[in-house]
Amino acid sequence: MASAEADGEATRTAARAHAPSGRVVLSAADIDRALTRIAHEILEANKGPEDIVLLGIPRRGYPLAVRLARKLAAADPTVVAEQIVGQLDITMFRDDLSRQPTRSPSPTRLPSQGIDNKVVVLVDDVLYSGRTIRAALDALVDLGRPRIVRLAVLVDRGHRELPIRADHVGKNLPTSAAEKVRVRLTEIDGEGGDPEFTEDHVAIEAPRDEDSTEGEIQ
Amino acid sequence: MKHLLSTRDLTPGDAIRILDTAEEMAAVNDREVRKLPALRGRTVVNLFFEDSTRTRISFEAAAKRLSADVINFAAKGSSVSKGESLKDTAQTLEAIGADAVVIRHSAAGAPHRLAMTDWINAAVVNAGDGTHEHPTQALLDAFTLRRHLSKVAGTPSTGADLAGAHVVIVGDILHSRVARSNVWLLTTLGARVTLVAPPTLLPFGVEQWPCAVSYDLDEALADAPDAVMMLRVQAERMNASYFPSTAEYSRLWGLGDERFARFSEPELKDTVILHPGPMVRGLEISSVAADSDRSQVLRQVANGVSVRMAVLYLLMSAKESTR
Repeated sequence: MASAEADGEATRTAARAHAPSGRVVLSAADIDRALTRIAHEILEANKGPEDIVLLGIPRRGYPLAVRLARKLAAADPTVVAEQIVGQLDITMFRDDLSRQPTRSPSPTRLPSQGIDNKVVVLVDDVLYSGRTIRAALDALVDLGRPRIVRLAVLVDRGHRELPIRADHVGKNLPTSAAEKVRVRLTEIDGEGGDPEFTEDHVAIEAPRDEDSTEGEIQ
Repeated sequence: MKHLLSTRDLTPGDAIRILDTAEEMAAVNDREVRKLPALRGRTVVNLFFEDSTRTRISFEAAAKRLSADVINFAAKGSSVSKGESLKDTAQTLEAIGADAVVIRHSAAGAPHRLAMTDWINAAVVNAGDGTHEHPTQALLDAFTLRRHLSKVAGTPSTGADLAGAHVVIVGDILHSRVARSNVWLLTTLGARVTLVAPPTLLPFGVEQWPCAVSYDLDEALADAPDAVMMLRVQAERMNASYFPSTAEYSRLWGLGDERFARFSEPELKDTVILHPGPMVRGLEISSVAADSDRSQVLRQVANGVSVRMAVLYLLMSAKESTR
């Protein structure tokens, strides 16, 4: 984690030196600050921690949900982080299954209290077309009936294809549709993940032919 | 992977991917809404030229839980009894718009023929062909065994193989496609397999299979296997006498009450009994053994739906060109 005192420009320059390609728009410290703010926004919108359940969407939504849960617990001592966080797999609910190579599903794990009558906050890394969230809403309906469903994302890059918006946004990132937004997190890309990974960051990559779409969602 | 014809051509990676996907499908089967929209608008044809209860129902349940449309075809009462060829039947299915064909046939190689010719474009799943292979049965056996082993070891089953496991397969190996599929799959996943049967019920060339062969069930049990798979004596495929009497077979190669009593010995305390069904109680397995808590028979049936969901999903969800 970069020092909190480091001024924004210096952090960004340092992060850019680590990043193999693309323009780094959020450093590790920026991501941490954004998550802290989102955690407080979630508590404020809900007027307290009652009934909150955080469901992360694999792959990178889940570690973000875990981090948010820890921040909620830090902000409100009545919250136990492990008991409010879960993972929601949406693979089987995608609308482009037949247009993509086969995807293996990930586990869906709900907190033991379930999601009936809860305030479910869906957590994902990048909000783009909105189709992932549409799939997540369908997946959620099959698991129970939450009282309220909210959406928290680290990055909103625009180009929505469905009438969906996020309630809590880490950073609005104007992009062109040809660019790629790459999110890298220690939990997924650290040890054994991306060999060029050094620390958490969000970067915008210029269009390249046949690039990996990992870390980007539809 | 476009077709599932045999377990022999599965790599360890393919096999573990199917089992891991089945693990997620099993979670759906425990839910209140046991349905996924993954194959909505796709059509699965169950093409059964041979009798079957659990395999057909299992494939039907699997396809329906993935929201696919299912057409059941039994050779009895169809145009096959009027002399229609496999090619014409297959092309009829193609014209109807089948996306996957689950085929069971008494002739070994029928699914392969369907898959390799240009008769149809659909994904072909072998649900048992003659005495050749029954890959989904072997996959569900491996899945059941993997879950049992990780439960005993207290480790997560996802991603694991079967390295170090020892499986004894007992009975009519000669006529058993289940035994063949299991030998290939279990050894691919790192397990050790011992076949136990009367010499007359072992196939020609069995010494070249990647497994040990024994004629003595008690000796094999003394080796403390992790699982004992009892096979049915397939009377309908036997046109000659392979053993003197059923009583003798039962005594020497059956899991009767006396032999099952050995399962309480400490080295066999975690050994489970598998059976692909249908069981012939009193012949290859006694009721006490079949109904005991060691028997995984019903768990195998339940796991069969999850494994078949995984297979149908992995074969059918991709776009045609990448399948």
